[in-house]
Amino acid sequence: MSQHEIELILARHLSEHLAMPIFIVDPAGDLLFYNEPAEAILGERFDETGPMPASRWSTIFQPVDQDGKPLSPDDLPLVVAMTTHRPAHKIFGIRGLDGAQRQIAVTAFPLIGQAERYLGAVAIFWEIPE
Amino acid sequence: MKVRLWGTRGSLASPGPDTVRYGGNTSCVSVTGSEGGLLVLDAGTGIRLLGQYLAPDLTCVNILLTHLHMDHVQGLPFFMPLRRPGVEVHIWGPASTTLNLEARIKRYLSPPLFPVRVRDLLSELYFHELATRSIEIGEFLVSAQMILHPNPTVGYRIQERGVALTYLPDHEPALGCQTFPHRGEWTSGYALAEGADLLIHDSQFTTMEYQARPGFGHSSIPDAIRFAGLAGVRQFVPFHHDPSHSDDQLDRFIAESLAELQPPFEVTPGMEGMTFQLD
Repeated sequence: MSQHEIELILARHLSEHLAMPIFIVDPAGDLLFYNEPAEAILGERFDETGPMPASRWSTIFQPVDQDGKPLSPDDLPLVVAMTTHRPAHKIFGIRGLDGAQRQIAVTAFPLIGQAERYLGAVAIFWEIPE
Repeated sequence: MKVRLWGTRGSLASPGPDTVRYGGNTSCVSVTGSEGGLLVLDAGTGIRLLGQYLAPDLTCVNILLTHLHMDHVQGLPFFMPLRRPGVEVHIWGPASTTLNLEARIKRYLSPPLFPVRVRDLLSELYFHELATRSIEIGEFLVSAQMILHPNPTVGYRIQERGVALTYLPDHEPALGCQTFPHRGEWTSGYALAEGADLLIHDSQFTTMEYQARPGFGHSSIPDAIRFAGLAGVRQFVPFHHDPSHSDDQLDRFIAESLAELQPPFEVTPGMEGMTFQLD
């Protein structure tokens, strides 16, 4: 069995102790984990969704901009952090897996380890009340 | 592959009448391959005696440092081959984003911390940085991976002729886990230790001591046994004993942990001078 790099392991452990919603992807962009506070916004427990490829998580939540127009996956902060290896931030709407429409603010940043290893990216997000 | 423990103590050398059996020297292990190749794992105070045992006509040695905490490098300038002209010495250690390996070792090997400078050593010195990768050194396949311990730290898996030794002397895989052990893919060090014939692993604390020291980078003896069980190793060697633990205390702590957990693999507490033949 392969093992995740320790920075990803630590990120997951940290997220499990925090009350902030956190979403973690690997270097390929595949979802590795989201924590319990994130489950409330994404509308489904991680144990039920499990890991998923970037092509799925970038569209499954049906992101829309503040005018309600569909948002390209390339414009999502997490995708920007993955592709540019720089932090990114945006406010946009999603439809949770429970069907509820929510406005969220997302700040994403890349994980870069010792020896310049790109290890994936992390998104911290929170719901913006209507 | 022949493995010998030259120093099993953690944090600080602790010679004295209470540490005669487990030993007082800090981390150092030698690995000799079937073709005579030599790897030295860490350069704690135990490396001094190893240097005296090596043949005077030795021409090449590889020292694999897990990290640069003092108990793992303090013996380096006392390792005789480093002072011999014509000996090729390769020092491997973890990469860092700040200073390169040579510059970091020079911080110790220079006044006022030490009177002898790296440039005063007579051997031919080569420094190599590692993070997560595999390399061939002589007859050995050496895999390194970053592991959980304060400051950049790598663990090693050394394979030769179908047998594997895993060396994780300073390691806290339980850090932050709500339940331990977690699944292997979410456990530091797992890929290095999976199915190893011999695992040498940090076992510094008792469970009570660990509860007061999470984040120090070390494991309790029971957590180390649980990690060995998760990885499915054949034989486990508790290592990096706390300097405050006497021989009698270590006997008791390890016996209590074994009675509690009853691991299905062999557990051989690491003692200075102990050898293992892996075939």
